[in-house]
This record gives sequence, structure tokens and C-alpha cells, in this order.
Amino acid sequence: MMEFFATHGNELIIKTSEHLYISVAAILLGVLVAIPLGVLLSRAPNFADRFISFIGILQTIPSLAILAFFIPILGVGKLPAIIALFFYSLLPILRNTYIGIRDVNPGVVEAGKGMGMSALQSIIKVEFPMALPVIMAGVRLSTVYLIGWATLAAFIGGGGLGDFIFDGLNLYEPSLIIAGTVPATILALIADRLLAYLENRLTPEGLKDSYETV
Amino acid sequence: MLEFHDVTKRYGNGKPAVNNLNLTIEKGEFVCFIGPSGCGKTTTMKMVNRLIDITEGAILVDGKNIMKQDPVELRRSIGYVIQQIGLMPHMTIRENIVLVGTLLKWTKEKKDERARELIKLVNLPEEYLEKYPHELSGGQQQRIGVLRALAVNPPLILMDEPFGALDPITRDALQEEFKKLQRELNKTIVFVTHDMDEALKLADRIVIMKDGEIVQVDTPEEILRNPANEFVEEFLGKDRLIQGRPDVTTVGQIMNSTPITVQIGTTLKSAITKMRDERVDSLLITDSDNVLKGFLDIESINNNYKKAIAVEEVMETDIYSVSQDSLLRDAIHKILRRGAQYVPVVDESHRLVGIVTRATLATLVYDTIWGDGTEFEEIVAHAE
Repeated sequence: MMEFFATHGNELIIKTSEHLYISVAAILLGVLVAIPLGVLLSRAPNFADRFISFIGILQTIPSLAILAFFIPILGVGKLPAIIALFFYSLLPILRNTYIGIRDVNPGVVEAGKGMGMSALQSIIKVEFPMALPVIMAGVRLSTVYLIGWATLAAFIGGGGLGDFIFDGLNLYEPSLIIAGTVPATILALIADRLLAYLENRLTPEGLKDSYETV
Repeated sequence: MLEFHDVTKRYGNGKPAVNNLNLTIEKGEFVCFIGPSGCGKTTTMKMVNRLIDITEGAILVDGKNIMKQDPVELRRSIGYVIQQIGLMPHMTIRENIVLVGTLLKWTKEKKDERARELIKLVNLPEEYLEKYPHELSGGQQQRIGVLRALAVNPPLILMDEPFGALDPITRDALQEEFKKLQRELNKTIVFVTHDMDEALKLADRIVIMKDGEIVQVDTPEEILRNPANEFVEEFLGKDRLIQGRPDVTTVGQIMNSTPITVQIGTTLKSAITKMRDERVDSLLITDSDNVLKGFLDIESINNNYKKAIAVEEVMETDIYSVSQDSLLRDAIHKILRRGAQYVPVVDESHRLVGIVTRATLATLVYDTIWGDGTEFEEIVAHAE
């Protein structure tokens, strides 16, 4: 154990931070794209269901295959890895944003409109805050998955903890596989806890108790 | 204040939801729209603040065509209370009340002041401003819903079955409270409901709708008294027509039209004889044109028997009477308050036409409480 840290300690830190970088970049991109897209979709519910099914089909393509597809287009390295993972982050966030906004009590939305809120004000002041707990649940789910899937980035030269796992496979060295897996799992758990905390912080005060009583 | 000119709303090519509607609502008026579901009452209301757009015709608010105004600005200038209360669950009561103020970019001080002012109107403590909607009861929440509509003091308020979701006791209390508030603040109210009791209780005028058209527009009294057609009668229900009767019956309909009278010039002696023959203790005195002059009771005859000869010398001229067109409920009130045994009924030239006694009232009350109205019809027929 100590021996392992002595030889691989430095590398472990570098790989972990690479891993974190790839995952966080992909999830941030996902959030930036999927949340506004989900809000837009909520304005066109007929189209939304079809669109979401379509994204769902894309998601069923094996992740290794997606990574491989990107090699001819974007080459190898971190960028294609981030972009491939970004595609995977889209669906849970998009779906939760759409459903979260769709399920906001229509009475409240109508009241807002009747009070004289513009469409944008209604989204910012009413629909988004009320859908936030559901949206955050989507972000959390995406993040945890992505940290696991980011190990595949190593396959196309993206680095990260996947490097340890692939090396371990090639060299029949279980300790390397464990060295890649355990930190990835720990990262995922920490991310999950952090986001749970953030979700709680972001949930509007007035919604908290009502959720608890439900 | 609010005018509908040939307003029509059509969805697709089907039958119009609202067809060629014409109506003028005065300032300070409380108008209830009522009708079975699908009659177009809610559509009509929502066209006023453009939550639904008009297909044909025009709606004017204060003389201005609403289609020529920005819908967002228009909605901010009209109060709106919806059925499901629709308070923002993620905002405090304070933020909810002054929501329109926030949209209009009021300063924080102005909003705080207004919130404190408003919450006093419904007798809730100021601490409630910091609470969240789910911490309040349904009745309290809808009080806040009403306050929110009042926040920027709009002259016109639209209400879409605002008390429909409340239990009957809370609903009753809120109706009373709101009616009082409306009178104090002199707001014009357009109120949609499917509850006839609510409409009768609150409205200055009731608009009864069916299949997108107005069937009858009238005061509650007039609708109870003269339902326009069978549909309105059915909608009111037989029970209500009977119960509503004391409210709309006139004195002329139930009075006894053969009061015991003597003319001026009659001697006390023959007056006493008449009293004995008719078994009454009081006589109404009229002149030769049957104009009511006064009354004479047994006591004053007894006191003045030796001094006077004719009835006009001892009669009581300070006599209280009601007009035959006045509403029965007012007459009842006056009889009871004065502790009188009877009230003479006169026409517009003060000629005596009848009398309402406590016995008449007793029969009427009996029928209202126990009868199905048939006995009452007989009294009316008999009296006529």
C-alpha cells in the first residue's frame, strides 16, 4: 500500500484531477445546454416528448462506441472525451428540467401571468425556482454517472483515472485497477453529497417544509 | 368602466364559446357571472385581462380598447384572483402580496408599507408577512390572494371562483368580509361563480349565461322575482324561489285589503259599535277619498268618551304606514322594531289600501319555514 503510494502517489493525484476536470467540464457544459433547452422544450410540449425520446435513443448507443465515433471528428485527447460525456449528461438534466417546469402548479403560473408577469419573468421568478429541486436531482444523477463513465476517457487518450484501470488490465495488475476504481467511486460519492447540500441550499425556503410534509 | 361590445370568442371553427356579448359594467359595481360549466363565463372574464384573446368585437376598460394595450401592462393594472388561490409557494406572504408592486419596480419601503397596510384589512397579524403560504390555512391563503389583487389599488378586479375551494363556513366568512371590503374600497368587481347563493349574496347585478350567451342580467331581487325563462328558474331552483320570496314580495301582495275603517265625522258611539261588531281594538280613520288620516284605539275612546263626540277629535294623527310597493322584508323590520300590532298600507296618494298585521306575518313565516309555498300562494290569491 505504502509502496504503491510511494511509486504512484504523484500520478494518482494528477490522474484524479484530470478525471475531475473532464467530468466537471462535461457536466458544466451539460447544465449550460440542457437547462435552457429544457425550459424551451417546456414551451412546446408536443415537440418536447418526441425530442426527449430521440435523445433517449442516442443515449442507448454504447459509450465506448460514442467515444470511438468522435475520434475521426475530433481526434483523441481530452476534448473529444469531454464532448462525448457531455452528450451523456444531457438526458437526465434535460428531462428533469422539462418535467420539473411542466409540473409546476398551473394555478401558480396562471396567477403570475394574470398579475402581469412577462414570459421571462414567469420563468425566472416562478417556474424555475419551483422546478429547481427536480432540476438539481437531474444534475446530481448526471454527475454521479459521468464520474463513473469518465474512466472511459482513457480509451481515447483523455487521461483520468481510467488510465490506471487500462494499465491494470493490460499488465494484469489488480492494484492498478483498484487505484483507478476507488478514487473514482470516492469522487462520485463526494460529488453526490456536495450536490445534495447544494440542492438543499437552492431549494426555495417556502418549498422545503412542504416537501418534507409530503 | 367596463364595456363589452359584440364580443365573440371562437376556438377553431366550432361553435363560439362566447357569442356576441354586450354588457356595460359601471364603476363600483359588483357583477357576478354565473352559469353551468362551459357556458363561457370564465372565458368572458379572462378576455378582460387578455389571458384569452377576443376573436371579434371589443372590450373597453375605462373607455380604452384592451386590444390596443400591452397585455402585460394591462394585467398589472387589473386585479386578478384565481380559484386555486395561486399564491407563490416559494415566496413569503409579504412577497406574494406586493408581487405586482415588484413587477412595477416599487421601492422596498413602498412595498413594505403597502404590505403592512393591506394585511390589516383582513385582520391578520403583521408577523404573518414573514410566513410562507403553506403555513396558512386555506381561508387565510385566499385572504392573501385577495390582498394581492388589491396591492397596487387597481380599480377593476377579476375573480375566478375565488372561494370555490374553501369549506362552507370559511367561504361564508370570506364572502361577508369581502363584500364589506368591496363597499369600503369602491372597487369594480367581475366575479365568476357557479354558486347561486354566492351570487345572490354578493352581486349588485347577476349575469346569467348559457351556451356563450347572456340569458339574463339583473339585480338579485329582480332575478328572483322575474326569472327571464325556464332555464333561469331551473338554475335558481324551486327552493330558492320560495326562500327568496320574503326578499322580493311586496307588501301589496300579502296585505289584508279589507281593513276596518271609519270615516271622519263618525261619532265615537258608532265607532265603538263598529269595534265591537268587528271584534277589533283599533280603527283606521280615513276621509271621504279614503285617504288615511289617523287611528283610534280603545284606550283613547275610553279616556275621551265624555269630552268628545267625533272621531277626529281624539284620533291619533301621528300614524305610521308603508307603501304597497315596499318590500315585505322592510315592512317586517319596521313592525318588529316599533312593536306595533299592525301597519296600514297606502298607495302613492296616501289612500288606504290594506293592512299588514302580526297575524299576517306569522302565517308568512310559518309557510317559509314549514310550507312548500303552496299555502303561501293561497294567501296571496286570497289577499288579491
